[in-house]
Amino acid sequence: MNDAVTLRVNGKPVTVPAGAMVSTAIAAAGFDLFRRSVTGQPRGPLCGMGICFECRVTVGGRQHVRSCQTACASGMEVQTDE
Amino acid sequence: MNASFDVAIAGGGIVGAACADFCSAAGMRVAVVEAGPIGGGATAAGMGHIVVMDDSPAQIALTERSRSLWMALARELPADAEYVTAGTIWVAADAEEMAEVERKRALYAGIGVRAEVLGPRQLSEAEPNLRPGLAGGLLVPDDGVSYPPCAARFFLERAQARGAVLLRAKAVELMETGIRLAGGEAVAAGAVVNATGAWAPELTPRFAVRKRKGHLAITDRYPGFLRHQLVELGYLKSAHSTAADSVAFNAQPRRTGQVLIGSSRQFGAEHAAIDQPILTRMLERARAYMPPLADLTVIRCWTGFRAAAPDKLPLIGPCAGRPRLLLATGHEGLGITTSLATGELVAAHLSGRPFAIPPEPYLPSRELEAEGDPLHE
Amino acid sequence: MSEGDRSFDVLVIGAGPAGLAAACRAAAARAIVCLVDDNPRPGGQIWRASLDRVPGPAVPWIATAARLGVRMIEGARVFAAPEPGRLALETGAGEPLDLRYRSLVLATGARERFVPFPGWTLPNAMGAGGLQSLVKSGFPVRGKKVVVAGSGPLLPAVARYLRHAGADVRLIAEQAPLAALARFARSLLHHPHKLAEAAIFGGSLAGVRYLTSSWPVSAQGDGRVQSVTLARGGKTFTESCDYLACGFGLVPNTELASLLGCRVSEGVAVDDYQRTTVEGVYAAGEITGIGGVDLALVEGEIAGHAAAGQTERASRLFQARDRQRHFARSLARSFTLREELKHLAPDDTLVCRCEDVSLGRVRAATGWREAKLQTRCGMGPCQSRVCGPAVEFLLGWKPDSVRPPLFPVSVNSLSQAGDSGS
Repeated sequence: MNDAVTLRVNGKPVTVPAGAMVSTAIAAAGFDLFRRSVTGQPRGPLCGMGICFECRVTVGGRQHVRSCQTACASGMEVQTDE
Repeated sequence: MNASFDVAIAGGGIVGAACADFCSAAGMRVAVVEAGPIGGGATAAGMGHIVVMDDSPAQIALTERSRSLWMALARELPADAEYVTAGTIWVAADAEEMAEVERKRALYAGIGVRAEVLGPRQLSEAEPNLRPGLAGGLLVPDDGVSYPPCAARFFLERAQARGAVLLRAKAVELMETGIRLAGGEAVAAGAVVNATGAWAPELTPRFAVRKRKGHLAITDRYPGFLRHQLVELGYLKSAHSTAADSVAFNAQPRRTGQVLIGSSRQFGAEHAAIDQPILTRMLERARAYMPPLADLTVIRCWTGFRAAAPDKLPLIGPCAGRPRLLLATGHEGLGITTSLATGELVAAHLSGRPFAIPPEPYLPSRELEAEGDPLHE
Repeated sequence: MSEGDRSFDVLVIGAGPAGLAAACRAAAARAIVCLVDDNPRPGGQIWRASLDRVPGPAVPWIATAARLGVRMIEGARVFAAPEPGRLALETGAGEPLDLRYRSLVLATGARERFVPFPGWTLPNAMGAGGLQSLVKSGFPVRGKKVVVAGSGPLLPAVARYLRHAGADVRLIAEQAPLAALARFARSLLHHPHKLAEAAIFGGSLAGVRYLTSSWPVSAQGDGRVQSVTLARGGKTFTESCDYLACGFGLVPNTELASLLGCRVSEGVAVDDYQRTTVEGVYAAGEITGIGGVDLALVEGEIAGHAAAGQTERASRLFQARDRQRHFARSLARSFTLREELKHLAPDDTLVCRCEDVSLGRVRAATGWREAKLQTRCGMGPCQSRVCGPAVEFLLGWKPDSVRPPLFPVSVNSLSQAGDSGS
């Protein structure tokens, strides 16, 4: 893995191949819960193609970012719900 | 369809539903005729701002009475009516508008409406996302916010619990003796109320209610971004002109954490499609007041048609020469607020009981001069 | 971008097989062509590239498009059509982008259809294509137990891909009956190049159980899916899993076509030249009806030729398209969703995942619009792309009208849509 990217998910460092999406980093860091639904249920990705909005997380302080459509970048801070 | 009713109401928007609520509470046998969803017209398109407005003494009386009815009802409203006493802040951009704040405060004090003047610092503490440099504002803490379609359904359900009947049909003709439905049958009733909003003139021609199109945009959920309903005082200069298309900054915090962004006013636009140039102007106006809005995500936009009367007062009461045919329309942008007082007035007209506020300013028989091109000649 | 950089003879929306083919054919006719896709890379869902960079079937098309000077814009979504000949987009970086066209080819593809059942909202219960596309972007499944379920030829393809990525695929549950699949397999014999797909029935997935007439009735787990209960032969059984990959066929992405005013029934209605009912607007691929990659390619080629004015060349491909349509019909017949799937969800199962609205609350409404207004069903950021087809399947309600923004978009971008901007 020459071109790998290291970022942090909920403060935990994780290294993924270049080009990987944020959803990949979240799973690789060991998290299943991406967000809490409006009634507090745990949710993770569904469609994998940017349509369902279930994989939304906070990236670099920006809310409601679809993790399956966002490429990882070095030093990125990703926050899931708890 | 032989049942006879004391009153048949055409229109299941929030005004029709409130009329059904008050009429049934007064002991009348009520029918509501609505083919579409309850609260599916202007009710669904509106913001749901419960606000005291002071454009004229009659408007103050109606909105103040109605807001107090909402406040009294607050505890009974179901959760999905999303009633929140968010308060309104009238935002003043400059010294001229601050003078208006002071005038408004004095007026509200005179009628017992709580209001508090905010200086520039208090304003930015109350709403940190407003741009710096604004002159101040007037906080009206008891104004509220509601989700109108569910409030309308609640009013109608209360009426239904008292025996009111909802007829899922289209009204095609209103008579003093009842409503003719699209299928040809008639609903016989002792009186008829036209509460079909901007479509009222199609059923009761020859009065000057026109469609005034509006746009709204709603964001994803950003809890805490906005706390009060914000309305620019420039509203008075722009939106209240009846001639030209206009936009004004108007932002509302929903209980969901969503931000509802308005507003626009257009005459002569009959098509419900989003009008991109006016949407652009509306959003730019909002950004000018609240720059961080730019980064929020809009998930939906829509339009609706306000029923606008030329003197900015609704038409509530019997038609001239047709005492059993009542109108309850022309509420323009205030139909959610004034729905309850409208229902109360209609019920008083029909039952002969005392009026809570003087009914005369809203009578359809008042002198109305249509501005611009009237819908019906 | 200057004015010239934003105006195109042919603008193609969607860089899957249909869009790539359309862009290449139009560019070969010397049209100035732009190809836009909302994904970070071209190829669409079916040709989505893997991180391992194994050259996929999209590669030669992308190379051809590049050689012919097709302007490629990736990661951008169309959210409004402020006036004829003009689209408003938001780029991946969140910037507004305004594009103009003489002819427009819509190749917006399809998405998975989801059918609600108890537990379908648990984390790690995903679409079948959904999990595949995540894995293509590196999502780790090595050694994980996966159950693949739902319906359609996508399921074995997904299972094969997941195995290749190291997943422990426990079984494939296809809701269609064996007899229908056997007919489908026979129909593939008329399409020799599709025999690779047919091979699934002959054991290239050796070791993976392929169950027919079997479907998920519930998923269980604490905070994530841990097992799935499946129906088969009048009984149920429970299989433990780390991931459930479940999709019930595909739904055309017709929203942009609807916004432009094109007639849409099952898919976008088109004539022989792939012209929609709106002047200058063509449609190709899955949005005209689910038919697979080969039909998408030939439709894309026809649309590309026609959009560039080469109607004679377009017409030479009609016969090839007819053959593919025959296959598409057999596909639809074979994988028809069974009645039982309409009764998987009790009233407390969520239908709308954005607003957490249960089927019981939706069912109580008189129709889609009332359900939206009274329950918030479909009012969240997915704009009913997930619950809409589910509700249509369960209750028969047609979706509500389409309005801009077609996708959630920043106030900044939305406020600049339709600016004549320089």
